[in-house]
Amino acid sequence: MESPPEQREIETNYTRVDRVFRGFVATAALFSLVVLILIAAFLLYRGFEIFADFGLSFITSSTWNIGNPEDPTTAVLGIGAMLVGSVLTAFIAILFAVPFAVASALFIEFYAPRFLRTLLTAVLDLVAAVPSVIYGIWGYVVLLPLVEDWSVTLNKYLDWIPIFGVETPIFGRSPFLAGLLLAIMILPIVTSVAREVYSQAPRDLIDASYALGGTKWAGLRTVVLPFGRSGLVGGAMLGLGRAMGETVAVYLTLNLVFKVNFQVLASAGGNVASLIANKFGEATAYELKALMAAGLVLFLVTLLVNFMASVVVNRARKIV
Amino acid sequence: MTTYQYTDVVPAPRRPWDHRRSTALRAVLLVVLSGVFGKLLTTTTGLGGFLGWYVGLAVAMPVLAFVGSVRHGWNLASDRFATSMVSVAFAAVTIPWVSIVVTVYQKGSKAFHSKYLTDDMRITPSSDLLEYGGVAHAIIGTLIMVVIASLIAVPLGVLAAVYIVEIKGRFAKMVRFLTQAMSGVPSIVAGLFIYATVVILFGGFSAWAGALSLVILMLPTVARTSEEVLKIVPDDLRSASYALGASQARTTFRVVLPTIASGLVTAAVLGIARVVGETAPLILTSSYFVARSTSLTDPIASLPIYIFSSLGLGDDNATTRAWGGSLVLLGVVFVLFALARILSSRLSRK
Repeated sequence: MESPPEQREIETNYTRVDRVFRGFVATAALFSLVVLILIAAFLLYRGFEIFADFGLSFITSSTWNIGNPEDPTTAVLGIGAMLVGSVLTAFIAILFAVPFAVASALFIEFYAPRFLRTLLTAVLDLVAAVPSVIYGIWGYVVLLPLVEDWSVTLNKYLDWIPIFGVETPIFGRSPFLAGLLLAIMILPIVTSVAREVYSQAPRDLIDASYALGGTKWAGLRTVVLPFGRSGLVGGAMLGLGRAMGETVAVYLTLNLVFKVNFQVLASAGGNVASLIANKFGEATAYELKALMAAGLVLFLVTLLVNFMASVVVNRARKIV
Repeated sequence: MTTYQYTDVVPAPRRPWDHRRSTALRAVLLVVLSGVFGKLLTTTTGLGGFLGWYVGLAVAMPVLAFVGSVRHGWNLASDRFATSMVSVAFAAVTIPWVSIVVTVYQKGSKAFHSKYLTDDMRITPSSDLLEYGGVAHAIIGTLIMVVIASLIAVPLGVLAAVYIVEIKGRFAKMVRFLTQAMSGVPSIVAGLFIYATVVILFGGFSAWAGALSLVILMLPTVARTSEEVLKIVPDDLRSASYALGASQARTTFRVVLPTIASGLVTAAVLGIARVVGETAPLILTSSYFVARSTSLTDPIASLPIYIFSSLGLGDDNATTRAWGGSLVLLGVVFVLFALARILSSRLSRK
């Protein structure tokens, strides 16, 4: 019996033009890597003195005192309060945004009629692209008076809960307001990630649930929601990253006070991004270095959050 | 012994899942009753205004839906409860959206006068009467910076997508991952980076610096959208091109990219929409400026900075100007989005 022909090794030999082309495209594609490295490198380079002078206390302390502008050794700088503020406002935002995002995603994907579904998906993209300065001005002018009223009421009846108490009854530009505004801003992105994951839920399992006499809600509860859980976590973390890096909207709706403040209704707080925007204008040379260092911390924190978010989202997409 | 009788009668096809008139009637009744409850709540308690009424409605609707159907059993009742909850929550989400558009239009249109789009603020203080001054300088500045940013970011973004989809190189996964990571860079950090490099090294704020900070924010959007578009190009086209002896470079530039030209324009437009309203990086790179300028090496005005700096003044007329700028900016974003939709629908028709 004749043996089958030996398997040939197939190899691709690119022409010289193609080799140049492939090298060129690869170089251009690595631009994002270069930029990310350069960002970290330059912010570290400009802010290195601060880390050398203050060490870990730059991250933990919450004093921001430039001392004598002529003499940098008198300065005491720390972004502890701002980091707490970033996390607190972003956390409030997630707390409000996630339940509404789940409901919106379910509504768009499973309850809305087909013509409305396409329309709402487009609207979601559009709302996600509304500039943050417009959210900021709206939050400052429209939302602020409303939230002030709600804060007074909350404080009146719930001030025995520590986070709803205030030391001085000034309620205006509080972490609560900023968090609520951030929730409105990140809702579109969380919703679209959730919707995308929900839309990939296995149709046959949903149909099986119907076939067993289950209602629509039974199908959603037993199939879609568990299926989309990890995608939702990823979307929420994506929103968390956005909320922590938001500048202008927080600048306009949160009073910059260098104090670790967990009283969400009190008019004091700040986040790292708004600190940079706030102090940049009239910063001394030394303070500017501190802002660079603060920028580096913010960059690394958001990078970490986004990194984890993309791992989770990608894993959720891959299951399908 | 049982005999089975076969008949020719075929039962008329029914669609038991179709909505019947009673379903619609029930929904309307539910909404009306809840609305009445909300109204009652606003008149009897401290809750007031539209939001107070909506809270009443939102509480009443799921409860009424549940109570109304609980006699048919737990399953149906919980289903109706969930339906009400989801609808009420989604409607609540749209309230801020509507409010933003309506407020921007109402307050912004007050700032408009016949020469609002063609005048600048060179001789007009922000607190001046509303019939003077305008946003021309800001529009020109934004236009210049966005055009420069697009000229850099669009080719780079498309090439990154080409690397992932066409070349499928060794680092394809990494490039996609890094682009995703880059989209999470806070806009203020992008500004700070350009400040730490371009602004410090080349002596001061400039349109260049502003545009470069926008490149960082625009690139991920362009790369992601182009990648999705590139993926829909059928492999037959590529194979046909290779079969005719074309190189990969020629295939990419003469076959693949022209096929999805409108998709690439969509990617560019979405990228522009993403950065046209960016404020934070421009505070650190192109700075405030009131007069018209087309020089790339000088500080330049822009729409977001116009809004931001007018708002910071606390004066009534200045605030109205900020709303006027917001209306222009929101209009620009809406137009860009409409453009992207039209272009991408043309692509899908192909």
